[in-house]
Amino acid sequence: MSLPAPIISIRGLHKWYSGVHALNGIDLDIESGQSIGLVGDNGAGKSTLIKVLSGVELPDGGEIRVEGRPVAIRSPKSAMRLGIETVYQYNSLVPNMSVARNLFIGREPLRFSVGGIGVMNQRKMREDSAQAIADVDLHLRSPDTLIAELSGGQRQGVAIARAMYFKSKVLILDEPTNHLSVRETSKVLGFVRGLATQDVTTILISHNLHHVFISCERVVAMARGKVVLDKKVTETSIDEIVDAI
Amino acid sequence: MKRALKIYLEKPELAGVLLLIVLMAFFEVRSHGVFLSLQNIRGVLGLLPEVGAVTIGFAMLMICGEFDLSVGSVFAIMPMSIALMLIAGIPFWPAFAVGIAMCAVIGFLNALITLRFDIPSFITTLGMLFVVRSLTIVMSGGFPPLLATDKVPMALFTGFVGGGLFRASFIWFVALVVLASAIMSITNFGNWIRATGGFIEAARSMGIPVVRVKFSCFMICSILAGLAGTVQVFRLQSPFPNLGESLELQAIAGSVIGGVALTGGVGTVFGAVIGALLIRVIDNGLVLSRIDANWFKFAIGALTVFAVVGNSWLRRTARRIKVEV
Repeated sequence: MSLPAPIISIRGLHKWYSGVHALNGIDLDIESGQSIGLVGDNGAGKSTLIKVLSGVELPDGGEIRVEGRPVAIRSPKSAMRLGIETVYQYNSLVPNMSVARNLFIGREPLRFSVGGIGVMNQRKMREDSAQAIADVDLHLRSPDTLIAELSGGQRQGVAIARAMYFKSKVLILDEPTNHLSVRETSKVLGFVRGLATQDVTTILISHNLHHVFISCERVVAMARGKVVLDKKVTETSIDEIVDAI
Repeated sequence: MKRALKIYLEKPELAGVLLLIVLMAFFEVRSHGVFLSLQNIRGVLGLLPEVGAVTIGFAMLMICGEFDLSVGSVFAIMPMSIALMLIAGIPFWPAFAVGIAMCAVIGFLNALITLRFDIPSFITTLGMLFVVRSLTIVMSGGFPPLLATDKVPMALFTGFVGGGLFRASFIWFVALVVLASAIMSITNFGNWIRATGGFIEAARSMGIPVVRVKFSCFMICSILAGLAGTVQVFRLQSPFPNLGESLELQAIAGSVIGGVALTGGVGTVFGAVIGALLIRVIDNGLVLSRIDANWFKFAIGALTVFAVVGNSWLRRTARRIKVEV
């Protein structure tokens, strides 16, 4: 009897940026439903790793398997098709567009289409987005509200709702609490903890070790393009991680 | 109530409509009733499709986050090449198709150079403005060639329809307004255009083909400019090589007056049409009110600045009106 394959399995991943060895042979297994905190100093390679997983950058070597199958993640779209969604610190929402339109951006439900271009089903967009937002415990009065009118924390809530709506298996959160107030930060961390109860695998990238300790079960530390520490949060301490990175 | 006010203030094109009504009333009084006479309305509506079509293409490109200064030159080169092809004995429809294809190629080049070399479209299309104008003049030899009017199906372009109030071009223009508005507001392509201009990083990370979207908008803008120029030449029946000079400035002014933001992502087709109509009304109204026509540019300039200042004030005010989100 064998264990179920990890949802994401990375072997020997390499990435160079004009002479800089940003990823130097990363090996990492992520089990389904785990919440992982990815930490490291600036330039440690954590952003690069995330960019590779979310299809923004192509790796120069190594292998990625999703649920045991080797995959090539060539674009953000192909990452999304594999069920990997990313919430960026700049939150990838268009300020001058409504919540409903942002939720479905690039994946609009169409009434009919010719060659991929067609008329949007705006009713479905409004109804489903209202539901998706309520599902992550975010309370907005109307899906027609412009993103520009929301607070930073509410915006991250919308981004997380979007990822959840599209049934992401793996949700990557890239510094989701940067530039947020203390209250907003705790709200976003609340969203993240809520995901654990819904069986979503989460990878939280953060500078703030305290956030990682309160929201994640496992912590992976990177330095100089390598994984230098990989433990359960209950088996390590902030001091040990700081020493490692 | 507060909510309704907020929604109103967030739609700059509604402010344009209001201004339009005020101006029309003003000119109607100043011109002692000539402004809203059938004869004069016909004149204004005859010109509107030409400037209006250019402004629509320009506005869509601006919403997408790019810019096209070459529209005035493209406006001239399509009718010029059609006129020359007709003289060379090519039948009308093939010549017309080649003209459109040429505009599409110019738009394609604008996009290719801008995106491939990652330079501002302001520069690419400023260059294209000179290059295309020069080509037009060289092609014509500096003199307007004769337009073989017997080969052109005039009724389809500038013939009067509907009891003589509209030209055929106006019907085409209304269809264009409806189509372009629909594309921008209810199709996913319109969503992509707005997202690309509104926040390109977000659009790209959500898998929108931003490069293809920009290519499309550049090409739509050039094709509409060429078609508009062709209609104007068919109306005037003479392809002047300097046709459409400084038209790009009117297209910018019209778009901006209608609430399209220079920074991209904001604006509507309807707003751009209102902007273009405002310019036509001012142009025409000044003449009818016996005000020295040299004040036209003064009025357009002042209105453009006023519109941008006013729109950003409206937007700030709207944002300050707190309704629960």
